[in-house]
Amino acid sequence: MKNMEVASVAETKPKPKIKKEAIEMPKQEPKARVKNFNEVALGYSEEQALEEASRCLQCVKPQCVSGCPVEVPISEFIKCLREKKYAEGIATIKTKNALPAVCGRVCPQEEQCQVKCVLGKIGEPVSIGRLERYLADWERDHGFQLPEKAKPTGKKVAVVGAGPAGLTAAADLIKRGHEVTMFEALHLPGGVLIYGIPEFRLPKAIVRNEVAYIEKLGVDLRLGNLVGRIHTIPELMKSGYDAVFIGSGAGLPMFMGLPGENLGGIYSANEFLIRVNLMKAYNFPEYDTPLRLGKHVVVIGGGNVAMDCARCSMRLGADVCLLYRRSRDELPARQEEIENAEEEGLVCKFLASPLRFIGDEKGWVKAMECRAMELGPPDASGRRRPIPIKGSEFTMEVDTVIIAIGQTPNPIIQRTTDGLVADPKHGTITVDENGKTSLDGVYAGGDVATGAATVISAMGMGKKAAKAMHEYLMNKK
Amino acid sequence: MVPHEKGERVPLTICGYDAEKGTVSFAFHEVGKTTKQMGCLNEGDCLMNVTGPLGNLSEIKKFGKVLCVGGSIMIAPALLQVKAMKAAGNHVTTVLGCRSKDFLFMEDEAKALSDKVYVASDDGTVGYKGLDFLKDLLKKEKFDHCVVLGPVVMMRDVSEITKPYGIPTIVTMTPIMIDGMGMCGVCRVTVGGEMKFGCVDGPEFDGHKVDFEELVQRQRLMLPEERLSSMLWEIHEEHGGCKCGRNKA
Repeated sequence: MKNMEVASVAETKPKPKIKKEAIEMPKQEPKARVKNFNEVALGYSEEQALEEASRCLQCVKPQCVSGCPVEVPISEFIKCLREKKYAEGIATIKTKNALPAVCGRVCPQEEQCQVKCVLGKIGEPVSIGRLERYLADWERDHGFQLPEKAKPTGKKVAVVGAGPAGLTAAADLIKRGHEVTMFEALHLPGGVLIYGIPEFRLPKAIVRNEVAYIEKLGVDLRLGNLVGRIHTIPELMKSGYDAVFIGSGAGLPMFMGLPGENLGGIYSANEFLIRVNLMKAYNFPEYDTPLRLGKHVVVIGGGNVAMDCARCSMRLGADVCLLYRRSRDELPARQEEIENAEEEGLVCKFLASPLRFIGDEKGWVKAMECRAMELGPPDASGRRRPIPIKGSEFTMEVDTVIIAIGQTPNPIIQRTTDGLVADPKHGTITVDENGKTSLDGVYAGGDVATGAATVISAMGMGKKAAKAMHEYLMNKK
Repeated sequence: MVPHEKGERVPLTICGYDAEKGTVSFAFHEVGKTTKQMGCLNEGDCLMNVTGPLGNLSEIKKFGKVLCVGGSIMIAPALLQVKAMKAAGNHVTTVLGCRSKDFLFMEDEAKALSDKVYVASDDGTVGYKGLDFLKDLLKKEKFDHCVVLGPVVMMRDVSEITKPYGIPTIVTMTPIMIDGMGMCGVCRVTVGGEMKFGCVDGPEFDGHKVDFEELVQRQRLMLPEERLSSMLWEIHEEHGGCKCGRNKA
């Protein structure tokens, strides 16, 4: 029966030949882009988007959606796009994802939705992220349409942290009819999207726009309000909030504990990125926050944050070397980011780790002593463990070091909330699979619950928690 | 505190509040661009954003005899501690330190709040010259607790003076900060050989354990940039609207 159907289709319509290669997205040329902070990837034109969308097989049982942490109805939105129903397409995405312009840019689609795409078996998968970005950008140019909201439930919810997890939870909760107040500690909303990810990867105007959408949904956003210090979680619960979502992120930088680490010129990745992105130090002295960057910058680490630091430093005119203790194959950064960085002139030194930092008479770093490593058997993370090679010490001349070896959750809420169970080793708030914490009505998600991870996994947890919170609120007397 | 859209985040110490009116007060020296700009604000003007209070609570309880040292602009928040210490039933001796006579302020308030007040200046134009008199004072009097708020060098000196007498000495750190909530790590200080963050672990630390030399060095990290920023502002603004009085000369 099935075979007959296929045959009949083939008779009436010649089977269209499927292009194996995805449509490339235009990018700024490396030589030009390394001199500016403008977005590197320029986005599809309408023709390119339509052509790429036409590659989608519109599978009856699409696999792609199972790879998406927030379950975006991928084949449905691509269908709308093919039919040029752009408004409908973006509305389809937004039923599940409140931040499509962000996700279209920074999600690691190659290991999520796109890895599941059946086209990937014969060629390149459909560029789902680029299509999502196209629709999100189309909407920005044509104005938002607000979705219908459920009838007011009379329940009040506090969301702590206006990052990816908090924004997602807030959007989902308000759409379900709850009153939502969002507390953000910094003076601008967006969390890691605004302080962490650089302008050339995610323009801040886009973040502002996504936040504006959340505010238009009716979320009351309060900036400069550090929960844990100004109000504690129990105080919020007492003051009339029926539930709280904590999405305070992983904002505490990790250091290496090596001699000389407090010398001048040694930045945590967070300090460096906050200066550059949030405070716009690349426009100093027009903006008041300075950044002193030397000529020879070494970035220690191999993740996306390390790549961001390296690429910012190159844009500020420095020669940059990335120092990573494992080999190229173990680099945790996205392949795309590594390629972009190398095109821009990044030099990598693999299998090496610092031992100490040496300062000049003014207390500024001038050199670092390192040693070579070799790879042993895999460790708990599944990656091969780096082992120091005896007698391999060498010295590098540097005038700036950026330590990008990871972040841990900010401890303020955990320290100021009695009864909130947190992991003593990692500092993460302990939650169940729905984001529920040890306290009644208190949920958490994103990096504060998982440790540093991706934007989309944080959004996925925000979404799950919002669903669980909704059930909790509706069952509560 | 972020004064405006292009401004930097500056940490200031609260030196007073009125819960009824819903106000807090700050005292600052006009030393860089941001503080000079803030000095130009008029009543009713807005700052872009103010977050706080940040940091951990001060330990206020009955210690017995408390020595409270305030230096330079930090005299103002020091007096807030004097007030609280007094209210907690302590006998409070206050020391006001300043560069010279012209920089002494709030002396009357200090006298009204404390059991005893000493004044010292770097150049001896008012009160004692330098802090050496404290050594004599400690020989004569026994103190149970000491708090110091002021320039790093002063906090270091007072800590060194109190150490031989074993007086617990709490210093208030004012390292460079950006976010003030544990994110950037620029405020890291070494206390007892461990790395601490001024913002989330502090601002108050045991003065006998702080590595002051490192702190002094770290405070100067961005000095050239700070000077450039300040200078450019002065050139462009020509003190327009500034109430410092220099433009009238």
